[in-house]
Amino acid sequence: MASLELRNVVKRYKSQTVLDNLSLSVADGETLVLFGPSGAGKTVLLRLVAGVIDPDEGKILIGGEDMTDLDAEFRGVGMAFQNFALFPHMTAFDNIATPLQAKRSSQSAMKSGVESVAKLLKIGHVLSHKPRALSNGQKQRTALARALVGSPPVLLLDDPLRNVDAKLRFEMRLELPRLLADRGATVVYVTQDYKEAMALGDRIAVMSQGVIKQLGTPQQIYREPANIEIARLFGDPTINLLDVKPSRDAKGIYVGLSNVQVHLTGAYDATVGRDCVIGLRPEALRFVDEGTPAAIPVTVEAETPLNEKIVTLVRTVRGREILVSRPAGTPGQTEGRAHIAVDGKSALLFDQASGDRIGASNVVNLRSGEAA
Amino acid sequence: MEHTSLLERILRGMALTLVVIFFMFPIVWILMMSFQTNETILRIPPQLVFKPTLANYTALITGKLTTAAGTLDIAFMRNLWNSVFLSVTSVAVALLLGVPAAYAFARHKFRGSEDIAFTLLSFRFAPALLVLLPLTLYFQKLGLANTYIGLIWVYQLICLPLILWIVRGYFEDIPADIEYAYRIAGHSWFATFRKIALPLAGPGIAAAGLLAFIFAWNNFVFALVLASADKQPVTVGALAFITSSGIQYGQISAAIVLSITPTLALALYAQRYLVEGLSLGAVKG
Repeated sequence: MASLELRNVVKRYKSQTVLDNLSLSVADGETLVLFGPSGAGKTVLLRLVAGVIDPDEGKILIGGEDMTDLDAEFRGVGMAFQNFALFPHMTAFDNIATPLQAKRSSQSAMKSGVESVAKLLKIGHVLSHKPRALSNGQKQRTALARALVGSPPVLLLDDPLRNVDAKLRFEMRLELPRLLADRGATVVYVTQDYKEAMALGDRIAVMSQGVIKQLGTPQQIYREPANIEIARLFGDPTINLLDVKPSRDAKGIYVGLSNVQVHLTGAYDATVGRDCVIGLRPEALRFVDEGTPAAIPVTVEAETPLNEKIVTLVRTVRGREILVSRPAGTPGQTEGRAHIAVDGKSALLFDQASGDRIGASNVVNLRSGEAA
Repeated sequence: MEHTSLLERILRGMALTLVVIFFMFPIVWILMMSFQTNETILRIPPQLVFKPTLANYTALITGKLTTAAGTLDIAFMRNLWNSVFLSVTSVAVALLLGVPAAYAFARHKFRGSEDIAFTLLSFRFAPALLVLLPLTLYFQKLGLANTYIGLIWVYQLICLPLILWIVRGYFEDIPADIEYAYRIAGHSWFATFRKIALPLAGPGIAAAGLLAFIFAWNNFVFALVLASADKQPVTVGALAFITSSGIQYGQISAAIVLSITPTLALALYAQRYLVEGLSLGAVKG
């Protein structure tokens, strides 16, 4: 087993810097999710680790050993590609067997190795098929099996669920954590789906424009996002963001929402009079009866049931739209006038100009990547 | 299928028939001429009904050409063998050199790679006659004139750029991820080239090889200048049929039939490989 470390890695394509002085370390056996929009440099990072492209600067260490100048075949990593990258002229069996072939395993070892991993991924019955005869789900599992079969200490999974249907994606999202934990491998998992990131990651690294914007556990990312962008990327329905200017009274710092003073808990002293954005998770809002202290009057615009929860779009008297989410089956206003209350403890405050979260005292140290 | 009216189908059929007749007529006519004597060929008006004779083929195969002026030795079978040998060897050499080079150009962007590739292509821009005079002088100095090696070398001007550029395109069409996946699985670049790139570019290599073969087979001017009688391919050898006692149309036709047979057979055989898909569903469709 092996830890993984990137030190000050820089990768440029022509004049464009794809990875900008990026450092990251993944502990032995940890699953790190790289999350970010396309073009953030996630795939490039994975390829650098795999050794199929070379960094312009910096070092890549696997198990403490410098692998920067080592060719891909000597690094001992397993990788599953987003587009599967199966060998079209080989059967699924031969596809999966390629890492074992490279190790010059015996025929019987190869057969048992392939068959056990195929059984695990439920593709035992299609091993004799060529890739074109496989469904997308089977292709994806074949690609995954090929990455797993040699029991590599480091597994790189490049958005493996991107090209499979929703049902399979859901199933795999449940299966993968157990599968990866059983292997004990160090995993770097790339995804653009925040639910996948939350479900699979021991830690999540949020990437954007070639740098890691935030690194932390799924809970940290969700509860204490480093900036507005990250707050918006995590959570469905998305976080409510409203422009506010905090003020102070005898009870502490408050923001005015529809002429109602909502008091905030937190070290927000420096924000008084500054242009800020308040972030309110839809599930942190709830419908209350009229007359409740700090209740904000709203009108219900629309209601969308989303299976396990109900999302309501409401409009404040000043015309701002807010999403409220509540578990299905709980009472709530479905039309007309209503009142909502804000949980001051879970509210997030961002600086309007920079987009950074204010009072983020526990923001992880990004440069060294030594968090958690 | 789209819906077509009867009239449309009839018109389409007629148009197709016209096209086929237009393209096939010369070949059919040559085939007919090869079974006729010079007298029947030159009859005016030409007649579709005639008494077939194998005299032309016997003359070619035995190498004895009987004309009004007497018997003439022709080396047609020798020429045919030269054509086969020169074309096959040239294409084999060009594949051996061109395919790895094409892979290098496709996968590795090194300094000046585009310039080198373009220079190789530019060999095909220059008129052959322009190159031939200096080449002949050099070859005479080097002792390469009138040798198979010299001819095969010159034929690389025809075959190599063709193979390089066609095969390069096929290599570029293979998703790099497929090769990366094989490397990551623990195989060397050479194993990746052999086990992944070559099989996947197979149809392209076959197409390029076939095309190069046809070009080499049809070449006339290089062999005309650089080879003497015993090294000449059929294209040059056919000149022997223009004799002092007239042009031997019958024999020329028979010679043409014999000399297009190998390329035609090869093309028909390779056809199924050429149409085979390249990627075969490796990457999501």
